[in-house]
Amino acid sequence: MTTTSSAEHTRRDFLFVATGAVAAVGAAAAVWPLISQMNPDASTIAAGAPIEVDLAPIAEGQDIKVFWRGKPIYIMNRTKKQIDEARAVPVASLPDPQTDQARVKEGHDQWLVVIGICTHLGCIPIAHEGNYDGFFCPCHGSQYDSSGRIRQGPAPLNLPIPPYAFVSDSKIKIG
Amino acid sequence: MSGPSTYQPTNPALQWIEKRLPIIGLVHSSFVAYPTPRNLNYWWTFGGILSFMLGVQIVTGVILAMHYTPHVDMAFNSVESIVRDVNYGWLLRYLHSNGASMFFIAVYIHMLRGLYYGSYKAPREILWILGVIIYLLMMATGFMGYVLPWGQMSFWGATVITNLFSAIPYVGESIVTLLWGGYSVGNPTLNRFFSLHYLLPFVIAGVVVLHVWALHVAGQNNPAGVEPKTEKDTVPFTPYATIKDGFGMVCFMIFYAWFVFYIPNYLGDPDNYIMANPGVTPAHIVPEWYYLPFYAILRSIPSKLGGVIAMFSAIIVLAFLPWLDTAKTKSSKYRPLAKQFFWMFVVVAVLLGWLGGKPAEGIYIIAGRVLTFCYFAYFLIVLPILSRIETPRAIPNSIADDVLAKYGKKAVSAIVALVLAGGLMAGGTQKAEAADEHGGPTPPSLSWSFWGPVGKFDRGALQRGYKVYKEVCSTCHSMNLLHFRNLADEGGPGFTAAQAQAVASEIKVQDGPNDAGDMFERPGRLADPFPKPFPNENAARAANGGAYPPDLSLMAKARNYDRGFPQFVFDFFTQFQEKGPNYIDALLQGYVDPAPKDFALPQGAYYNKYFPGHAIKMPKPISDDQVTYDDGTPQKVENYAKDVATFLMWTAEPHLEARKRLGLQVMVFLIIFAFLMYFTKKKVWANAH
Ligand code: FES
Repeated sequence: MTTTSSAEHTRRDFLFVATGAVAAVGAAAAVWPLISQMNPDASTIAAGAPIEVDLAPIAEGQDIKVFWRGKPIYIMNRTKKQIDEARAVPVASLPDPQTDQARVKEGHDQWLVVIGICTHLGCIPIAHEGNYDGFFCPCHGSQYDSSGRIRQGPAPLNLPIPPYAFVSDSKIKIG
Repeated sequence: MSGPSTYQPTNPALQWIEKRLPIIGLVHSSFVAYPTPRNLNYWWTFGGILSFMLGVQIVTGVILAMHYTPHVDMAFNSVESIVRDVNYGWLLRYLHSNGASMFFIAVYIHMLRGLYYGSYKAPREILWILGVIIYLLMMATGFMGYVLPWGQMSFWGATVITNLFSAIPYVGESIVTLLWGGYSVGNPTLNRFFSLHYLLPFVIAGVVVLHVWALHVAGQNNPAGVEPKTEKDTVPFTPYATIKDGFGMVCFMIFYAWFVFYIPNYLGDPDNYIMANPGVTPAHIVPEWYYLPFYAILRSIPSKLGGVIAMFSAIIVLAFLPWLDTAKTKSSKYRPLAKQFFWMFVVVAVLLGWLGGKPAEGIYIIAGRVLTFCYFAYFLIVLPILSRIETPRAIPNSIADDVLAKYGKKAVSAIVALVLAGGLMAGGTQKAEAADEHGGPTPPSLSWSFWGPVGKFDRGALQRGYKVYKEVCSTCHSMNLLHFRNLADEGGPGFTAAQAQAVASEIKVQDGPNDAGDMFERPGRLADPFPKPFPNENAARAANGGAYPPDLSLMAKARNYDRGFPQFVFDFFTQFQEKGPNYIDALLQGYVDPAPKDFALPQGAYYNKYFPGHAIKMPKPISDDQVTYDDGTPQKVENYAKDVATFLMWTAEPHLEARKRLGLQVMVFLIIFAFLMYFTKKKVWANAH
């Protein structure tokens, strides 16, 4: 083989590789919109904006369920007894150790705000049921205490706390 | 797909699979080793292009179905929310709606190629008939897809086309009722059309498999029309045909992208941006362009049943082509008479298409009848007679001879085509300028900042336009598709989120019920829609002397005026998409008071130069100095009109800037890719010559 023909060869190979590479880049770029369309659309994102909840109507020992981003949020006005129980348990003995203080806002200790979705497989636990004065999940029997922490059953984690803040003493903003 | 494969993989894992399911061998023999005639020209790439388009339509269609709601009350708005809210929804929707047109353009070229080169002749009759079946399925699919957005044309197209079946004697009415699932086109109709529109593409894909199978058994026809005899006549499918098809496909994609990114509504009907209204028929019902020749045939027969029969026969006659044209010579290249008649037939078909878009009156009816006769005469008289009397020229001995004979002729025709296209484009620009000077009853063409491949909205105009809308238009007109959050969207009027929130909280929104079961009012949020001026249509009519002020969200895409031939051809090249804003601008300035003496103005109407019929129920909405402009723009009706038209263009097409931006990137990419493909193709084919 002469030098010219091998140079010709490299040039040809380069052309083939370049064409193939550009085709691959194009195909990859074309897939992006097809995947991206599955994410929440603009109206869903806008509808997921923060909401305000008035706490005044919730009496001690009562709870309400509100929806934010399609998720049920339990807002519980806990009794003295419930708070004491939650704080009495040794944190180290819990499956997902967390103090009660870390799960409520300081100065508003009676208010427990949790996302009411069982951390096992997503059922909705029932408030004021189970052995720990908290929540009981009917699906597979997970039990949460009055701080929403997992105490017994297959669920691995405590009920999550949504982002929220007190706007005033009787109003919170979730989100 | 032809015969048992001789392919033997070397990899033991592949051998294991191959023993049990010879799929690799199937692919290898069908798409790698398959011998294809070496003299195929670019008209033969349309088969590959069609498969590609079918794929695009199925992928984008499946995705659109994830977001679409097939219900008469929600379908229209769900399509709009796909375009407005879903990530890249505008792209997917325009790919799909223009994809249908591209599919038909490609299929018509593919069919005419078959017609010209006699690809339907023995032994390819079944291949051809399968093609006709695919074409019929495509028409059904396209029609049902057009109904889904539930605009005015969707609804009335569905009504007119389903009523074709009422022409059937005795059982017609019952069949139509059966098709509708009711006593008129309604929700059951929409639901079944959606279901079938989803199903049929897969049926098409199935028939395509048969079509390709038959093709690979009979072998491809070729421009010379002589069957391959020796190995010298063919080249293996891969790499030769693959790379050539690939290059053709990329060129087609450039054409496709031009529509999607720059003139996405060029082929659509503006009336379809008005929600279906069973009480009002649009002045002028036209089907999608790809049905127009058949629609013209339907209308040219002065009997209901006769028209329907003629229309269906015009398609069915294609299936009999192999037996109507019995000439031994396949390719029209060697048939001097058939060639001329072929081109006459193309002209007849195009003219029929043009007539299909014209109102059925006067000279158009006569012309329609003449052309309908010509259409059928080509198949039923010309071809059978020609096959008997024509003396064909000598055909080449073999494909290899054909290749040697015309090597180098291709470049010339490509240059001619390029010059022609360039000339058209230049002519287009000139014509567009000429149209600027001429006002009259057609609205003057203004220059808009959002025109063209890199057009952008003028933020100042959008903000001023919003002010005019809010202070003037919104007192009577709703804007249902807009939300306060849109004011802060990219490519919009450029409000900050805080400013948009401030605008939203100015209004009170009814919400509820609360725990006590009462409705209550709260300040507006970003997610809330723009407020409606009237709670319902009846209230709006009562307050406006019986007229219903139309919703303004899509106004800039829902209004139309005739640009005429050949102007609309040039509009393709100049990317002219601004009929709506031109019309809105002209209408707002078009009031003449008092009305011309010879015009009988009805009670409660006003004279407007540009309103169709001139008697408009809306009084002159705005006069100089009515809205305060803070940025020093003169407070003249002229400016109000232009600003509000700009604003309405944005509300109708909120992602216009994103579309053009992405369009530029895609175009640059595709052009580079096309060059690479071209040179790669040349290199690959260098071995074959
Ligand atoms: S989902 Fe709650 S216990 Fe399984």
